[in-house]
Amino acid sequence: MKDFVETPAGAVPRVHTKLSWRDRFGTFRARLGITRNNYKVTPGLYCVGSPTPESPVVATANYKLTFDIVRKEMNGLDAWLLILDTRGINVWCAAGKQLFSTEELARRILLTQLADIVSHRQVIVPQLAATGIAAHKLNNLCDFKAIYSPVRASDLKSFIKSGYKADETMRSVTFTLRERAVLVPVEFWILRKYIFIVSAIIFALSGIGPGIFSFAAAWSRGAAALAAGGAGIFAGACLTPILLPWLPGRQFWIKGIVTGLPLSLAVSLSFSNVIGTSGIVAATLFATAASSYLAMNFTGSTPYTSPSGVEKEMRRGIPAQALAALAALALWIGSGFTGGAA
Amino acid sequence: MKDFRYLDKVATLRLNKDACVGCGMCVTVCPQRVVHLNGKKAEIMDLDGCMECGACTMNCPTGAIAVTPGVGCAAYIIQTWLKGKDKASCGPDCC
Repeated sequence: MKDFVETPAGAVPRVHTKLSWRDRFGTFRARLGITRNNYKVTPGLYCVGSPTPESPVVATANYKLTFDIVRKEMNGLDAWLLILDTRGINVWCAAGKQLFSTEELARRILLTQLADIVSHRQVIVPQLAATGIAAHKLNNLCDFKAIYSPVRASDLKSFIKSGYKADETMRSVTFTLRERAVLVPVEFWILRKYIFIVSAIIFALSGIGPGIFSFAAAWSRGAAALAAGGAGIFAGACLTPILLPWLPGRQFWIKGIVTGLPLSLAVSLSFSNVIGTSGIVAATLFATAASSYLAMNFTGSTPYTSPSGVEKEMRRGIPAQALAALAALALWIGSGFTGGAA
Repeated sequence: MKDFRYLDKVATLRLNKDACVGCGMCVTVCPQRVVHLNGKKAEIMDLDGCMECGACTMNCPTGAIAVTPGVGCAAYIIQTWLKGKDKASCGPDCC
């Protein structure tokens, strides 16, 4: 925050349009997943530049990452920035949860006494908030009219300067390599707990054999299984998102097999002297199932999958994944007794 | 979306042309550019591109365009299967 601007409704904080190293470090931590669920700004009215009563009002979510992107893109503008209470969730997800809603927008307009600060009655709302906002209903709740700005905040300035004109590109969502890559760290952060639990189970299962339990076997076979499992996780949660447009098929569980199978097979083969043939088959099956499952779960991070489509592919993918995992488990325990010779 | 295509013939999007007043709000809000305005009426030109986000339905003043809205997220759908639609949530580790 820079300073305050005096208005008829009190002092309004003026924020910087350049991000500090602390903002960037905060973005980094949120992108890793560490602070992602509690990275908020206080809802209310802010401003950039030297706004007048005629200046435009831009509404957005109170996720700090969103707030930072929007104010950075407003560099050079004189405008009001209306921050809604979306519980620290981004615009699109908050709209889907009805947190970025017509009611919240109207409430925030009234609470901030916006009508006393600006002379016009328009509020610019992000296009992706449209799943939570009914533009025609805002008028019933307050005097303001909602205008949908383009999908990306980077087009905000040209949208305002052109008198609220947006072309087809500005209105379309994209899913570029960069947009996919930034999502990968969070996938791993969400998995951290499960990776720990599954690893412990794998070590325990790997020790079962002719002598009831062998710590040596648990260690050597467990390490092999862990390496294969790691390959499966890497394939499903990292390779699949990155390579998404180039992987064959449209269903994500199949894309996960395409990345998971060759990678986990290669890793399993490198442990062939420890786990034997049936061990290789078991490790590859299990890791491929994990990759397929994680790839399928990535549907929720993409901006183009429909719920009808996801449900359809899950009805095919989940039975296949479960079958592969069960077969892998039986084979793995069995190969502990035969030394992998079978 | 142009670069990414998902499953065909599953979208629940429907348009009632008689009820359409041609305001163009659905065209404005659609993030996949599935609808366009043909004269005074909206027209679905890429049904299979629809991600069922529900933005068009939400912003249609006459209820002419309808879709079963939802989130295309496997983790969320698993929750609706296990806990039922009311109790399912995206949780702290989701979007």
